[in-house]
Amino acid sequence: MFQRIWSLIIKELLASARDPQTRWVVLFSPPFLLVIYAFAITQEISSVTLGVHTQDRGVEARELISRFEGSTTFEEILYLRRDADITAAIDSRSVDLVLRIGPDFSRQLERGEPANVQLILDGRASNAAQILAGYSGRIVQDFNEDQATALGVPTLTKVVTRVWYNPNLDPLWSAVPALFAVLTAIVGFMVSALSIARERELGTFEQLLVSPLRPTEILIGKAVPALMIALASATAMLILGWLVLDVPLRGSLLLLYASMIIYLAAIIGIGLFISSLAATQQQAVIGLFIYMMPAVLLSGYATPVANMPDWLQALNESNPIMHFIVISKAVYMKDAPAELFFHHTWPMAVIAVVTLTAGAWLFRRRVS
Amino acid sequence: MPGPLIQIDQLSKRFDKGALAALDSVTAHVNAGEVTGLVGPDGAGKTTLLRLIAGLLVPSTGKITVNGLDPVTDSGAVHRIVSYMPQRFGLYEDLSVQENLTLYADLRSVLGSDREEAFERLLGFTGLAPFTNRLAGALSGGMKQKLGLACALIKKPDLLLLDEPSVGVDPISRRELWRMVYELVDQGIGVVWSTAYLDEAEQCARVLLLNEGALLYAGSPQDLTDRVAGRTYQIRHIDTDRREVLSEATKLATVIDGVIQGSRVRLVMAEGADPPNLAPLNAGLAAEISQIPPRFEDAFMDLIGGGFRATSPFADREDSAAHTMNQVVEARALTRRFGDFTAADKISFEVGRGEIFGLIGPNGAGKSTTFKMLCGLLQPSEGSARVVGLDLQNAPSKARGRIGYMAQKFSLYGDLSVQQNLDFFAGVYGLTGKSRKDAISQMIETFGFADRLDVNAMGLPLGYKQRLALACAVMHDPDVLFLDEPTSGVDPRTRREFWTHINAMVANGVTIMVTTHFLDEAEYCDRMALIYRSKMIASGSPDELKDRARASGMMDPTLEDAFIALVEQSDREREAA
Repeated sequence: MFQRIWSLIIKELLASARDPQTRWVVLFSPPFLLVIYAFAITQEISSVTLGVHTQDRGVEARELISRFEGSTTFEEILYLRRDADITAAIDSRSVDLVLRIGPDFSRQLERGEPANVQLILDGRASNAAQILAGYSGRIVQDFNEDQATALGVPTLTKVVTRVWYNPNLDPLWSAVPALFAVLTAIVGFMVSALSIARERELGTFEQLLVSPLRPTEILIGKAVPALMIALASATAMLILGWLVLDVPLRGSLLLLYASMIIYLAAIIGIGLFISSLAATQQQAVIGLFIYMMPAVLLSGYATPVANMPDWLQALNESNPIMHFIVISKAVYMKDAPAELFFHHTWPMAVIAVVTLTAGAWLFRRRVS
Repeated sequence: MPGPLIQIDQLSKRFDKGALAALDSVTAHVNAGEVTGLVGPDGAGKTTLLRLIAGLLVPSTGKITVNGLDPVTDSGAVHRIVSYMPQRFGLYEDLSVQENLTLYADLRSVLGSDREEAFERLLGFTGLAPFTNRLAGALSGGMKQKLGLACALIKKPDLLLLDEPSVGVDPISRRELWRMVYELVDQGIGVVWSTAYLDEAEQCARVLLLNEGALLYAGSPQDLTDRVAGRTYQIRHIDTDRREVLSEATKLATVIDGVIQGSRVRLVMAEGADPPNLAPLNAGLAAEISQIPPRFEDAFMDLIGGGFRATSPFADREDSAAHTMNQVVEARALTRRFGDFTAADKISFEVGRGEIFGLIGPNGAGKSTTFKMLCGLLQPSEGSARVVGLDLQNAPSKARGRIGYMAQKFSLYGDLSVQQNLDFFAGVYGLTGKSRKDAISQMIETFGFADRLDVNAMGLPLGYKQRLALACAVMHDPDVLFLDEPTSGVDPRTRREFWTHINAMVANGVTIMVTTHFLDEAEYCDRMALIYRSKMIASGSPDELKDRARASGMMDPTLEDAFIALVEQSDREREAA
């Protein structure tokens, strides 16, 4: 029995290694994509143009503007003469935001009265707008505190921010662990979902079914090589993340690999299940995408799971990608406790057992 | 008389630099108003030539003219006079028969009353009128080809190119297709009919015989057949094993080719050679040899220098103690339903040790369904299928280890080398250690793989692919070998080699189950079951089936004649009931 499974494993690995398509798509492209995506999705805002429209020539107004000028965030400052220019500048995207200071600003401050400044943002780029609002708010806050000190008014509450686990809020540090989880899933999905459908299309699957191989043996012989390939690809991504992207890995590698094997078992189980339903590779790919799109979108990769409605969160418990993103982030950014691993691995183990069993059962059924 | 319709001059086509030429300096012509057969095995270059004529490929060197026009530079003009029906005609399976016709009429801008007239003519011509609302995907293989032909004829062409129109078509539909083509020829259309079946060559006015990209012969099929006139013989009334008689006969230097025809053996002798003496062939006392009319295939074999002559190394293989059962395959009231449709209806037969049993019948009649139930790929709805005394559907994997299976399309792993394919199947069948080594090296030796071990299976020539598929299926010395359409599209020489190996295995007690729609191949069977409309309508030896056709008044029926007679008889009985 072991010899039969062994032969199948060797065959699968050889076939993947000798097929240039599999080699490139599966083995080499994910690490490559990791690097590309990591830079593409970075949330840092750079080369920002600030528009300034001021009707106040007072000292305070000039002081505030010079603080904006001094910030490294704003690469270029565009002075807008008329009120009407603001709309045109925002519309044509020649500025990303506009700081607008009314005629009474300096006078009111001098009198010790509260004064307003307006910040106009471009809501079409909502994410950037939010970040820029944050930056600008901090500049204004610093300005405020200094003004208060100058007037001899004590600042009542001062916010002191410390970001744990990612002290510089480096966006790569949170993007890479999530991407790592998603790309590992894609490799596992592709290898497993195509494997049975391809054999069925070529007619070799019948050859396997009439051989002494039992359905469980076929299943193991299909799942193990897929696991090995996905693990190899994942390892390449880990090394790249560490060496090229400079993202530190703080947690236990042992626990990461242990949970990754369970994660991949669940992923491959789903892939093989889809594959045994499909009659052709094309059907398998379509089936895979129907599953993968929502699974990735709901995984917490793009938006926080905690913001989703309760029923969707409950549904998400059956999404292995969601579980592994939690584990991956935890391992990358902090030394996560073993309970967290356990809490997120057992649902994946259940998914693996269910889908792998269903896959083996379907092998026997779906012979046309 | 006007010049030929197609003139081909020193035409070559290479797909890759350095690769073998798909066509190698072919010079030929095709006349209007007759059927030209483009005959040759798979990979001979038939499709390439048709696509070059249709202007879908550009020649590497040489020239073609169609009606004086160059298919590449004058493609518009050539497309107006040429209709090309590719191997799998571009039917839209989700559209009905009528919708397909309308679509092709639109594409060819056949409009108004011309269109109505064309539809009426073609539906009548093809007999598809009652099925206009049926989806093309739901048609049988023969009806699909007829619809394909109708679509190709929407606008009457000067030249009709048909690429293997008879593949997947049962003998009855095949005769109808030929009748339709003759009608077109009578209207002055030039038809090129490509085929891998040599018997179809005899129905053409002229043939272009291709092999491995080279033109072997151009001319009337009769002229070629006449070359072997007086050299074809049949040995009858053999009361020993006809397979051994054949094997002995092909050892003689004077015998160019030999095949089994039911209980008889057909031989082609070398030029000037006398018919062989029967005594050394061990054919028995009653055996007699007589001259019979030659066939095109005899001449083809003569042209390529004869059939496969070596004896199969399987003949020397130790008879394993395992092949001892008497009833090896047993089908009892085997029934399979798919929804409302009964694909196989109460089929029963028994096959003994060392027998070759064939399942024959039109496509979609239920022979594949029956075959799959027998080898455990499909669960019967009712009845039972037992192989070596065990129900394969529920049998332990050990029972499956006693059968071998060779699928229609030579299910090998194309990305793996010959060696890796052999290693894999040896492993899957549980061969270990020395027995594994021995089995693999025996296969390498038997089939001459030694200098191709590192070649990917995908890159092998068709004949080698078939050898490798057979090697993988028999490496573990099975009791029963299941062959699903084993030699479709294979050249006659490779087919003979294949059956030489099979016959040698049978002599050692291996039982063979084979499905085929190729009735020449069915001649190798000891017995066969004819499956039609999900039922077994006849069974027996090839001679017994031919006798039943004789009973209905035919003189010297071929197995195909017998097949058609039995099917028509079954249709009449069904209508009467």
